[in-house]
Amino acid sequence: MVGITSIGAYIPVYRLNRDEIARMWAGRSVGGAKAVAGYDEDTVTMAVAATLDCLVGGGAKADGLSLATTTAPYKEKQSAAIIASAVDLDKECHTADFTDSLRASTIAVKSAVDAVKSGSAGNVLVTASDCRPGAARGTLEQVLGDGAASLMIGSEKVIAEVEGIYSVFNDFTDLWRAEDDAYIRSTEQRFIDEVGYMPTMQETITGLMDKHKLKSGDFSKIVYYAADTRQHAGLARRMKFDKEQLQEPLYDKIGNAGTAAALLMLIVALEEAKPGDRILFASYGDGSDAFIFRVTEDISRIQKRPILADKLEGKIAIGYGQYLTWKNLVQMEASTLPERPALSLPSRWRERRVISALYGVKCKKCGTPQISQIGQTARVCVNCQAKDEFEDYRFSDKKGKLFSYTIDQLQPTQNPPGVNGVIDFDGGGRMICELTDCEVEKVEVGMAVEMTFRKMFRSRGINNYFWKAKPVTE
Amino acid sequence: MEGIKDKVAIVGMGCTKFGERWDKGVEDLIVEAAYEAFEDAGIEPKDIQAAWIGTVFSGLSAITLSPLQLQYIPMTRVENMCATGSEALRAASYAVAAGVCDVALAVGVEKLKDSGQTGVKGPSIVGDNQEASSGIGPSYSAPASFAYLATRYFHDYNLAPEEGKRLLARIAVKNHHNGSLNPKAHFQNEITVEQVMNAPIIAWPLGLFDCCGVSDGAAVAVVTRADMAKNFRNDPIYIKALQVNVGARQGAMMPDYDFVHIEENVLGSRKAYAEAGIKEPRQEISIAEVHDCFSIHEMIVYEDLGFSPRGRAKEDIEAGTFTLEGELPVNTDGGLKCFGHPLGASGLRMMYEVYKQLQGKAGPRQVKNPRLGLTHNLGGNAGTGVCSCFIVGNEK
Repeated sequence: MVGITSIGAYIPVYRLNRDEIARMWAGRSVGGAKAVAGYDEDTVTMAVAATLDCLVGGGAKADGLSLATTTAPYKEKQSAAIIASAVDLDKECHTADFTDSLRASTIAVKSAVDAVKSGSAGNVLVTASDCRPGAARGTLEQVLGDGAASLMIGSEKVIAEVEGIYSVFNDFTDLWRAEDDAYIRSTEQRFIDEVGYMPTMQETITGLMDKHKLKSGDFSKIVYYAADTRQHAGLARRMKFDKEQLQEPLYDKIGNAGTAAALLMLIVALEEAKPGDRILFASYGDGSDAFIFRVTEDISRIQKRPILADKLEGKIAIGYGQYLTWKNLVQMEASTLPERPALSLPSRWRERRVISALYGVKCKKCGTPQISQIGQTARVCVNCQAKDEFEDYRFSDKKGKLFSYTIDQLQPTQNPPGVNGVIDFDGGGRMICELTDCEVEKVEVGMAVEMTFRKMFRSRGINNYFWKAKPVTE
Repeated sequence: MEGIKDKVAIVGMGCTKFGERWDKGVEDLIVEAAYEAFEDAGIEPKDIQAAWIGTVFSGLSAITLSPLQLQYIPMTRVENMCATGSEALRAASYAVAAGVCDVALAVGVEKLKDSGQTGVKGPSIVGDNQEASSGIGPSYSAPASFAYLATRYFHDYNLAPEEGKRLLARIAVKNHHNGSLNPKAHFQNEITVEQVMNAPIIAWPLGLFDCCGVSDGAAVAVVTRADMAKNFRNDPIYIKALQVNVGARQGAMMPDYDFVHIEENVLGSRKAYAEAGIKEPRQEISIAEVHDCFSIHEMIVYEDLGFSPRGRAKEDIEAGTFTLEGELPVNTDGGLKCFGHPLGASGLRMMYEVYKQLQGKAGPRQVKNPRLGLTHNLGGNAGTGVCSCFIVGNEK
């Protein structure tokens, strides 16, 4: 039996209310809110969070990690490898980026299913993450949201078996972004609906059901991608799906998260599914991939904790000014504060274990966990001065408490003021680092924190990823 | 271990006006301070047998001293963060004590205002190699790195933010008063507690007046053998202790560090007291110039150096113990807060004030009958630092 063995999700805590966008442009709001990646987040950092969330639930060793996205931070340099390092996967793990199409996530899922079926891999992680750029005052600006979803595909402890897959490709130009386009372009909506989206989805879903001799009534849930709620409802009418069967597309609360959008809907469906349920699942983008999932008894395993249910509501509402700044849509006044020196890539390489998965060491003589944040991987114990008597000790998965903090008005950040703290890790070890995703007025001594992989700053075109602390999300 | 006590004397000192010296370069500052020191010591540049220059950013190598046109003598640049100027004096004094030269020069200089930027650059983590940084250090400002102390001090001693900030404000008000009496200080204006309380926050809980000035300046000392000192002047100042104490990031890495004291300060001052033979620092020291880069640090230094009992600096601040008229005047020249903080010059600037006070030449700031003076620097910050603690006296 091959199928989904674990699921994980990540939605940024920030929400931009669509009324705020409408107010900015004196336009019409479609209502609700869109999730916005923090100033220090991007496709890679959200993917890391979603993948870690999936691994918490799964626990199986991954032989492969595929990232699906249309917004990779580099045009040349693999994102999946960065993610695999941050979530601490084995060297032999096969990493791949699936890109350039909204359908990239289901293409990656199909490849993962094929790999597990063929025996070339035992477990493959598929993580979809997107923060797609919608130009100012446009329809997409309101519709698009940021988020990531992660599935583990495997053959043991399957929670939803893949019973069938059916795909069509379609060279149809509805949305596109060329090398020199900063924002997504699109053609007329009526043309997209009538010639592109509706017939393609109908053909694929009907093709899948015909192939497996099923009718729409055989599914307890029907989960499919649409550009927005209007299009989503349009297809339901056309296909005569029962309202009860439809998985709500979440666009009201988080927006359309691109390659992750359909997977996020699937995750919500799985959070609510019962053993024996059949789920119809279809993506869209240059064609469509449709799947039949059959929910197993093991579904209860992932239903013990909320995966996406607790992440749909935002925690921090932002203003349009913050949105402009974070998305680099306006040029800010240049700082007169001293600039940081450029990154040393050799130094970053030597420190790669610290940087990627926040590895410190634990002294084998005195048992002190320790992490050195400067280019000096510990050789001599800070506590007992034993030399080279260490074992690796991972801090990224440890929670901690805020021992002291400061709110820095001078810190160069796109979300001033900067919040910084002295973190004492549960189980030992201390680190002084930046905090993120804070409601500044709620920061206090003793606050519970956890670590999160973020973008510190860019230097010569390189994203300087590292770990920050954030308040524990209850 | 013998120690340095009474082996070396300072026989001449010079100090430029500190401040935004837009029309003066590093070379001007060095010449200005050095020639004041030469004149004070009654010597010519040719009498200098060896020289040390301390600067953090304003020049590589001792060739930075070339404006003085010293002719082919041993010269060395030293750097130890905010203790840099003090290190130059320590090196010159050790050379004299070792008997390898009789007259040595210690120069400290920093020209911060040529950067065209606000504030002071530095590694994001103390100890990091800026030129080879892996870039994982937090990007917070210098005030932020000291604000941790205030947050934790307020927390541990149950001071409401308003109450704690008001206490710190009194330190800034004191130092501004002292600075107002000092024509060489960067800032020479009096301020009020209300002004401090209403100033913009820089790094919570520290506000603008909790932070020292970013200044240009230089200070210079001429040192010689104690037994030769009277050949130069009748009122030489004798070195009693030169201690430098450096952390190894223990506080930044180990949860047992409390962020309400600085271990480097405690251990460094105790070693200095031992070297100088001081048993009761609060009673025996007449004047102290301490590292008030941020107000909270001056408060913690009162406790670290044993001037106030642990946790009870509040009582002494409220009693005015450290004012000009108080029991133990601290930062009589305005301190880093008002005199300014050109990193490499600061240690020697502090010594300049102590030197003048011990000679009875401090004008309107003169304290009564001083005998022993202390200078103290802390480079780095809470978690790891470079502490210098020097003691000098006007009697052998």
